[in-house]
Amino acid sequence: MAELVYDKTGRLLFTKEMKREYTILFPTMLPVHFGLMARIIENEGYRVEMLTTNHRGIVDEGLKYVHNDTCYPALLVIGQLIDAVKSGKYDMHKVALLITQTGGGCRASNYIHLLRKALEKAGLSYVPVISVNMSGLEPNPGFRLGLNTLRKAVFAMMYGDIIVQTSNQVRPYEVNSGETDRVIQAVSDHLLSEMEQGRGLSFKSMVANFDHIVSAFRAIPTAGEPKVRVGVVGEIYIKYSPLGNNNLEQFLLDEGAEPVVPGLTDFIIFKIYNRVVDVDIYGGKWIKKKGCLILQRYVEKCQRAMIAAIERGGFRAPGTFQDLRRLIQGYLGEGNKMGEGWLLTAEMLELIHSGTPNIVCTQPFGCLPNHIVGKGMIRKLKDDYPNSNIVAIDYDPGATKINQENRIKLMLANARGLAKQTRHEAEAPQPAGTAAE
Amino acid sequence: MSLRIGIDIGSTTVKVVVLNEENQLLFRSYERHYSKARERAAETLRSISEMLAGQRVRMVITGSAGLGVAKAAGIDFVQEVYATAAAVNTYIPGTDAVIELGGEDAKIIFFGGALEERMNGSCAGGTGAFIDQMATLMNVTAGELDALALKHEKIYPIASRCGVFAKSDIQPILNQGGRKEDVAASIFQAVVDQTVAGLTQGRPLKGKIVFLGGPLHFLMGLRQRFAETLHLDAQHAIFPEDGDCFAGIGAALCALDYQEQPFDDLLKRLEESVGDVGIVDTMPPLFTCQEEYDAFTARHNATHPPQVDIHSYTGDAWLGIDAGSTTTKMALITGEGGLLYTYYHSNQGNPVSIVLEQLKEIYSLCGGRITIKGAAVTGYGEDLIQNAFSCDLGLVETVAHYNAARHFNPDVDFIIDIGGQDMKCFKIRNGAVDSILLNEACSSGCGSFIETFAKALGYDIASFAKLGLFAAHPVNLGSRCTVFMNSSVKQAQKDGASVEDISAGLSISIVKNAVYKVIRAANADDLGRHIVVQGGTFHNDAVLRAFEQELGRTVTRPTIAGIMGAFGAALAARELHLEQSALLSPQALDRFSHTAKPVTCNLCTNHCSLTVNTFDAGRSFISGNRCSRPLGKEKTEQPDLMRYKYQKLRALQGRGSGSGVRGKIGIPFGLNMYENLPFWFAFFTHLNFEVILSPESSRKLYLKGQQTIPSDTVCYPAKLLHGHMQELIDQGVDAVWYPCMSYNNDEGIGDNHYNCPVVAYYPELLAANMPSLKQTRYLDPYVGLWRRRDFEKRISQLMYDTFDIPKKETAAAVKAAYDAYEAYVHDVRETGRQYIAYARERRMPIIVACGRPYHIDPEINHGINDLITSFGFVLVTEDALSYLEGYAPRKVLNQWTFQSRMYNAARYVCTQPDMQVVQLVSFGCGTDAITTDELRSILEEGGKLYTQLKIDDISNLGAVKIRIRSLMAAMDARKDA
Repeated sequence: MAELVYDKTGRLLFTKEMKREYTILFPTMLPVHFGLMARIIENEGYRVEMLTTNHRGIVDEGLKYVHNDTCYPALLVIGQLIDAVKSGKYDMHKVALLITQTGGGCRASNYIHLLRKALEKAGLSYVPVISVNMSGLEPNPGFRLGLNTLRKAVFAMMYGDIIVQTSNQVRPYEVNSGETDRVIQAVSDHLLSEMEQGRGLSFKSMVANFDHIVSAFRAIPTAGEPKVRVGVVGEIYIKYSPLGNNNLEQFLLDEGAEPVVPGLTDFIIFKIYNRVVDVDIYGGKWIKKKGCLILQRYVEKCQRAMIAAIERGGFRAPGTFQDLRRLIQGYLGEGNKMGEGWLLTAEMLELIHSGTPNIVCTQPFGCLPNHIVGKGMIRKLKDDYPNSNIVAIDYDPGATKINQENRIKLMLANARGLAKQTRHEAEAPQPAGTAAE
Repeated sequence: MSLRIGIDIGSTTVKVVVLNEENQLLFRSYERHYSKARERAAETLRSISEMLAGQRVRMVITGSAGLGVAKAAGIDFVQEVYATAAAVNTYIPGTDAVIELGGEDAKIIFFGGALEERMNGSCAGGTGAFIDQMATLMNVTAGELDALALKHEKIYPIASRCGVFAKSDIQPILNQGGRKEDVAASIFQAVVDQTVAGLTQGRPLKGKIVFLGGPLHFLMGLRQRFAETLHLDAQHAIFPEDGDCFAGIGAALCALDYQEQPFDDLLKRLEESVGDVGIVDTMPPLFTCQEEYDAFTARHNATHPPQVDIHSYTGDAWLGIDAGSTTTKMALITGEGGLLYTYYHSNQGNPVSIVLEQLKEIYSLCGGRITIKGAAVTGYGEDLIQNAFSCDLGLVETVAHYNAARHFNPDVDFIIDIGGQDMKCFKIRNGAVDSILLNEACSSGCGSFIETFAKALGYDIASFAKLGLFAAHPVNLGSRCTVFMNSSVKQAQKDGASVEDISAGLSISIVKNAVYKVIRAANADDLGRHIVVQGGTFHNDAVLRAFEQELGRTVTRPTIAGIMGAFGAALAARELHLEQSALLSPQALDRFSHTAKPVTCNLCTNHCSLTVNTFDAGRSFISGNRCSRPLGKEKTEQPDLMRYKYQKLRALQGRGSGSGVRGKIGIPFGLNMYENLPFWFAFFTHLNFEVILSPESSRKLYLKGQQTIPSDTVCYPAKLLHGHMQELIDQGVDAVWYPCMSYNNDEGIGDNHYNCPVVAYYPELLAANMPSLKQTRYLDPYVGLWRRRDFEKRISQLMYDTFDIPKKETAAAVKAAYDAYEAYVHDVRETGRQYIAYARERRMPIIVACGRPYHIDPEINHGINDLITSFGFVLVTEDALSYLEGYAPRKVLNQWTFQSRMYNAARYVCTQPDMQVVQLVSFGCGTDAITTDELRSILEEGGKLYTQLKIDDISNLGAVKIRIRSLMAAMDARKDA
């Protein structure tokens, strides 16, 4: 059995022996993206498992081990991990936990520390925690992802985004219930088997894969009138994770709406671009800026290719990162970078501009950045775009679904009223899958 | 066309409405449903079936609790705000805005332009339910509360965000003898402020405003407050006749969009859906059988003090009084601790008359046989009662409770007391109260919550609690504050949970709240081995059982759990060993009279709301004060670094050494300006601007800007900025300077040097939410001060672009600014050192207040510094000590400058025997969710006590006093040990 080894600050390391013996658990945020990631890491010889658990016990564990005033995502992520460790499904001495670490002035940067504190409190301090971050923090001898893996990770993110972007436009209209999800599974399998064989890792083959994905969704038979589109923005975990947002997307589907959820790519570019902006605003090494710019341009190139593929397939495509930068002018400075920062407001603007003025802005109760970039901007958006119809929903262990759903229902009632009002004036919203505006 | 039926199912009431083709109201009803919403609605429909039977009708359900019913019965549903808007459009055209208050929801609808609707967020508490709860607190009906409010003379400031906050404001006013009439009106005013602050979010309430919903329909006092606050005359404040069921009417109007159906079918579907139980998150039962319960009660009833017959006993006795927030408790004991007499009763808003009555009763029972040799008082009303009846001793609650608990279990190491309004937990170490945990305003809702709920459902508390004992499937209601529980209950009701299951669920919730929210324990060992539970709420067997189940161990509940404070006070009175008690004699009691008069103290800017109590037309007692000045004594001038810094910063306005020719530049005095002002003042005066500092914060200033606050859960220090900004605009400054700062100064003591997101970006929030900022030149650029050269380059460019200032001139100003800031920092440290030396010369204890720079604002800290120094402490702040320790790794990411200072100050305090830390935490501060635990562990590892003071816009210092006095008691005990 692997020995417990600590570094000089007293941090428990994930050793090479552990790589052989341990199962690495990590929380879900975006099921499609993270599912792809899990398989990629698996192919590197790790045993990994993405936790898809969703029950009250998770919240209870979180409440027990995390300060209750800490943001809800921390409580859920940590609750989910501890709940899994204790579930009896794994050998408690042979699991490690993996969590992402973002850095930045938001309290979210503290998740990994809160997780360690919680493990200690739960008497599980022998469970190693692996940090995944972009800053080279907290290295582990047994967990090293090579450049090749990182490249695959970027690809996985792009694939995840294009799958989600297109499938979301098909699912509300699918004729055969469940077909969209089956296609998601099939294209994921296809992509992974390609990667396993070392194929699909050039820019060119990525574009080919984009087209493959889009046409797979294009081929799904659809029917029905266009539905009210509802954008979902917010704090990143709550926005994406069904555990965090009480299955918001499913709720919207059940209510007869089409959810529009902006992708992860912009967030990644945003995080890279922040470093560029920091140098511009405050000064700093040009080399750091240069390095970030190179990385940013590469991801942006991938993004443009993705958008082009979506458009080729006849779906409604999101704007580019540069589009978002243009939209935010007059609202927030680009220095506003904590949490989702200016990007969140920019996403709302993009949704409004692309004919989706109905928006659910999700956040954990008391989310600090969202006081500013979420709730704080709704007034101005309403002034500038009287037809915008934004509802801010707080998520928290005590908040009840009924209150949240009632408010979303109000937004939906408004959306339908609005659509009725403007139906004869404006063109009807375009049906899913026809050319984007 | 057919008749249309609208059914509005709210959290507490059902409204049924029938409209004919001409939109005329044929029938309307408004009834409480006592958590049986479906049954109630079906019954009402049956009662009017004559009108409807055999017809085809259109029926639509609306309301917060109506969704589940609609789904189960397959009846159409519309959202209630939407329905209300439809009704107002039809019946009251030309309306500009609607304010609707319901049982638990508050809504505003703006007409004109695009329809805009808002509902209260999940934190903002209920309004109707809130008023009910307040009425219960004052022991009147909602109707009586209304009648009282109409006779008010004065309005007290009461926190308006959430019911729980307001409650902790009202309690002390009542306990200190404030007039019920004034309190009643203040409660309504709080509802008004909450609605305006929480819901308008920057959009002015003007023009013709329609008021709807039950509370506004029935409560004239509430109407009056709204009309007065919004400056509305009778033409602009519309209270429609059927304002209580407008949502129902709207639903009926909306029914036009839906299919016609046979009424009998619809009714049948509604009736059949009754008894349909949804999926509810449930927990195991408290007791599975009677035997289990009997064994449980037998075990607990074994812990009781000996009863002594007051009618036959002869000898000495000692009296303890616990003047709690909602109840008054008294105990008369013998020298051996035997109980002669006990009393436990709601104080009905007037503890003085209750105690008077009881003292008379006790004296008459004592006859000539029993001599009271001492009397002690504890609890919220301690000062008032002690002064009124001349008791020998007043002691802090925590000590009184420990006295009592020790009496029953000498090894006690953990005490938890859940009362009507508050929850206290304390650990005992080395024979002294060591760490204290009180529920914060947010997690209150203790015993009185169950009581209010029981009443709302039509039960008294005792029988409601009993219902839960054998409930088969207690509902899991989560573990948060009252407001959240209310909506959890609503959800459970919607899903068809029984009253029994809800009762048990509420008891379990209270326990979870205590264990996880207040105590923050992970397991039973975190508490202790010998746990004593007490307080009135533990008389409730369901709560007691839930507590034992949650911890997985047995605890001690004395039979006198409800009067432990009084019992402990009596024990303390006995320990005084007095020859004679000063307690008022029976003769004096006969002459006793008490009047209370509210006044506002004008001796300083705090403007405390004082209550002057006069006893026997001669003796007087003033309460509500924060310092000793209104008592006729000079304010104690103990060294106080918070005050020093505040005065120093306030002086930074005007032209300084410059000419002021470039115009007036306004700087809002809030958030990080409390740190950066010395810098900017020097910077701008050197550039020959006149610096206009916004006025001192006050409640009035806050109200001035509150309409533009977009997020009601942000911290109070941030909310105040709206008022500061408005003041600057009103003063007509040429420009306002309030830069965004992601980063703070790098002091080298953390892993990074961020500001929190709110401090960093609030300037941009103001720009987006305060339209009046367009009247001035608002400058909120991004700046960073820690890279001096880069800063100089960028600010010079900015000053050139904005004001045409030559870059050289700016460069000189930058130098002056850095120098001024350094001088300020040095001065704070130096003054701190002098204060510490002062304390040490006089052997005075030192308190280190750890908070943010802006916590020195008296409107934010409510005079906590005066309170601390009035107890004989010398007060210094974290920034005077933080530089004395270097960088050290922490268990959390130490990335905020202000927060890093607290860690360092705490580390330094651990090395100093005469210092203790008090942490100031603003309610809603997200970063402090992280710092509090870390600070506690630093201090406890260093052998220090941890005391946290949570502050919000509430000005009640009662809880703060308890903590500080408990801290003093613990310090004394340590000294003795």
